[in-house]
Amino acid sequence: MSRPPRNAVQLPSGGRTVAPPGTEAIALPRGESVADKKTSLFQLLLKDRFATVAAVVLVLVGLTAVFGPTLMGDLSTRQDLGATNRPPFSFSDGWAFILGSDSLGRSMLARLVVATQTTLSVALPAVAISLVLGSLWGVWAGYHRGWRETVSMRIADVIMSFPSLLLAVVILYVFSPSAANIVLILAVTRIPIYLRTARAESAELQSRTFVDAARTFGTKPNAIIRRHVIPVVLPTLLTLATIEFCYVMLAESSLSFLGIGIQPPDVSWGLMVAQGRQYLQTAWWLSFFPGLAIMVTTVAANVLAAWLRIATDPAQRWRLTLPRKRLLVRLPVKEVL
Amino acid sequence: MRTATVSVPRASMIDDDVVLTVTGLNVDLRTPKGVLRAVNDVSFEALSGRTLALLGESGCGKSMTAKAVAGLLDPVADVTGGTVVLGGTDLAALTPKERLAYAGPELGIVFQDALTALNPVYTVGTQLGEAFRIHEGLSAKAAKVKAIELMRRVGIPEPESRVDSFPHQFSGGMRQRILIAMAVALNPRLLIADEPTTALDVTVQAQIMKLLRDLRTESHMAVVLITHDLALVAEEADTVAVMYAGNVVETGPVKEVFGTPHHPYTRGLLDSVPADVGRGQDLTSIAGSPPELHRIPDGCVYQSRCPLVQDICRAIRPTLEPDGAGRAVACHFSEELDNV
Amino acid sequence: MLTFLRRRIVSSALPLLVVVLGVFALARLTGNPASLYLPLNATAEMRANFTAKYGFDDPLLVQMAHYFGGVLRLDFGESLRTGEPAAAMALRAFPATLQLAGTTMLLAVVLAVIVGCWAALKPNGVADRISSFVSMAAASVPDFWLAIMGILVFAITLGWVPTSGVGGATSWILPIATLLLRPFGVLVQIVRGAMVSSLSEPYIKLARSKGASEFRVVTRHALRNAAAPALTVAGDLTVSLVNGAVVVESIFGWPGIGKLMIDSILQRDFAVLQAAVLLTAVSIFILNILIDLGYAGLDARVRPAGRRKKSSRAASVVVAEPKERKIHVQTTP
Repeated sequence: MSRPPRNAVQLPSGGRTVAPPGTEAIALPRGESVADKKTSLFQLLLKDRFATVAAVVLVLVGLTAVFGPTLMGDLSTRQDLGATNRPPFSFSDGWAFILGSDSLGRSMLARLVVATQTTLSVALPAVAISLVLGSLWGVWAGYHRGWRETVSMRIADVIMSFPSLLLAVVILYVFSPSAANIVLILAVTRIPIYLRTARAESAELQSRTFVDAARTFGTKPNAIIRRHVIPVVLPTLLTLATIEFCYVMLAESSLSFLGIGIQPPDVSWGLMVAQGRQYLQTAWWLSFFPGLAIMVTTVAANVLAAWLRIATDPAQRWRLTLPRKRLLVRLPVKEVL
Repeated sequence: MRTATVSVPRASMIDDDVVLTVTGLNVDLRTPKGVLRAVNDVSFEALSGRTLALLGESGCGKSMTAKAVAGLLDPVADVTGGTVVLGGTDLAALTPKERLAYAGPELGIVFQDALTALNPVYTVGTQLGEAFRIHEGLSAKAAKVKAIELMRRVGIPEPESRVDSFPHQFSGGMRQRILIAMAVALNPRLLIADEPTTALDVTVQAQIMKLLRDLRTESHMAVVLITHDLALVAEEADTVAVMYAGNVVETGPVKEVFGTPHHPYTRGLLDSVPADVGRGQDLTSIAGSPPELHRIPDGCVYQSRCPLVQDICRAIRPTLEPDGAGRAVACHFSEELDNV
Repeated sequence: MLTFLRRRIVSSALPLLVVVLGVFALARLTGNPASLYLPLNATAEMRANFTAKYGFDDPLLVQMAHYFGGVLRLDFGESLRTGEPAAAMALRAFPATLQLAGTTMLLAVVLAVIVGCWAALKPNGVADRISSFVSMAAASVPDFWLAIMGILVFAITLGWVPTSGVGGATSWILPIATLLLRPFGVLVQIVRGAMVSSLSEPYIKLARSKGASEFRVVTRHALRNAAAPALTVAGDLTVSLVNGAVVVESIFGWPGIGKLMIDSILQRDFAVLQAAVLLTAVSIFILNILIDLGYAGLDARVRPAGRRKKSSRAASVVVAEPKERKIHVQTTP
């Protein structure tokens, strides 16, 4: 944080001098600390225990989704009607049945691993599509203002003004509930989120001097958007995408749970919860573990997003490095109540 | 919610009483770079009916000193030493809760930027009346009557019709008047004015300063004026404390300090005033810039820019030495200054 | 004020119309319900009669014109399942959802304000960390799973509450608890964020300089300013509460509008689906207007010309107000 300029001693000849006040709200240009951020973002992550754990969990989930199903082989589909609804945490049937077995005697562990892949292969593309389309659209609308902005925002309003799950339910019922359709519908219903944020940020940037400067040099709109607007709004949008990942994953689970998402014989976490529901009284683990998997993943993504939001914001990063308050100092007024 | 009316004597009716005595005030700042001393061993007195100016460049700690006196430091700053005696009570020793009784009736503060200092969602009448509701337990209706009185007192035209307006519906000068009205609502002994005119244009500045002067005379308040404006100090203040990098380097009556500065920094400031500079001539200024807080040297805080600097200045920090005639200076070579 | 209101009504009515038209069109695409409602051995003639009776063989536009002509006469068609007027079915289900959602939102707002303020008073403190983690977990738990686990623990194992249906007070506990979690989790973060930024505004210092107690500073000065963003998000959350209602109502057998919609979709009961969708859309529309009115009531600055852009209402739930990045810390003293 640089010192305020030193034009403090005002010349007595009068003349309006707006001096930098002692306490001031310093609006930092967004891109400012990007350079030193890259080097230390990882170190900053290690400083926050919550965020580190969250990152590790997400990496593990990712690895499971990529390599898990191959490692599990046919375990997830091999039925054993003699060993149905086996309780978890028992080694009598081998490590594959550590989480118990389902109503057809299939390994819960193997099914969870396979479901990880299905769940992520719906959530990640959906988030990626809506992130890219929504952000570009929003930046474009915010840059050009005028009718492009108005029309874009109206479209976003229309999509957002109706419960997205209901829209998905209706649409999926029309176009059979395949994985591709789920990705598509989730992507479309979530585009407005990025559209609105990107538009707001991009529109706000138009008043910034560095964009003005670029424009005076005759830089073309697309180049300005690419070089000056996108890098600045990207951290916010990526943080948003992390949160959206949770939302989309929960939405897919809900759809699958309601019977209009992933269809058997494919399996996703939400579908597993639904399938276990009828055995709730006798085999609680059928619903419990897949739900737990959803929760752990979303919590991890949310924690990481919260950290990311602070870490990528130059104005807030200091919070992560602030030394703890010493004891035995006089408390300022704010600390009472 | 409602604080019992405080039974402290009202503002004194005569001038030149000592109202505020600040002794050895230290303020520390917790930053990512570690704990920094932002205000170091600052002492001064404010007398009733008189104006004391805290003068210095931005970042010198003058505003922080004022906030420490008023008990309004940001959470990252703490008073870590010294006393702030106002009307016989050491405010620095009070708990934040005990302080509430003094905020308003004893001590008022005028902030710099009236637009952000006023709460945008309440009418000015509500905000003006708040002090009466808090300290005197008045009803909303009675507080509004008081608010209208106050608005009249600070020269806002048609107060009856404007009392229900919102801050954003006033001009900058009027907003500043409203802020001043809030600060003097309960006739405090001490009024702190933290750069009250920096955000205003020149003609309005003069009106606001006149208002402050009139209010001071009317109710014999002690005024502490925080400013970076030499001319303002010369016109408005009786005494001045010049601050540099968190330290008071020179104090005394304004006329004497400005007439014969004893500290090289004060001298440098005065020299940079373009009194008889012709067109094309260079303006004088002090070479270099103030040290950053985490790089304040061991010896004299001004050593890096001082024309008189010697080895002793780098080794020993001079303390503020009173000369017995109402002035004090923190410099090893103040006598030599006149000979330069 | 009236101009402001009129503008908002006009701009909110457009989404309403598009949604209703869209659902109408989409519902027709799901196919002719004749095969679902006629016996398997129905003759071609019976099929033709059924189709003709409900107008399923007309072009989409004709069906649409026919339908909306009826709507204008408050005739919303009849249920294919029961032959009952669709509007009556939707209206009958509506209060159950309204009670459930209303109670939930009320609780969520009250709890979020209390917890959010508490966390904001000490940013990055212990309370803040705990509350943000709890609220994060709350926003991350899949509601259907939570409902099922709630049934498992409190209904099946402990037997404290019924597994489903609307009965005594206990039957409300699980549905509300399930539905509450998401809006609470989001709102508490919004309240906290808004309170943190509001508490660092200069007007808070002014209030303190008047001797306002901490309680007064928080409730009168900070909270009042923080209320506007919280209100905005509360509106968006109510829309998404309908999402939760669909899930929760179908798990707990709650006879509300969400369950009615799912049932109508699964049984291709077009008229009922449309009546339910229309009712939901109209409620959301009214809610939006109410929120705008509340917003204008909270902040005098939005009132006069009504120039406020719709988009300035927090677009995203969590990354709200990304416009101003300010630090209110003494950077150099």
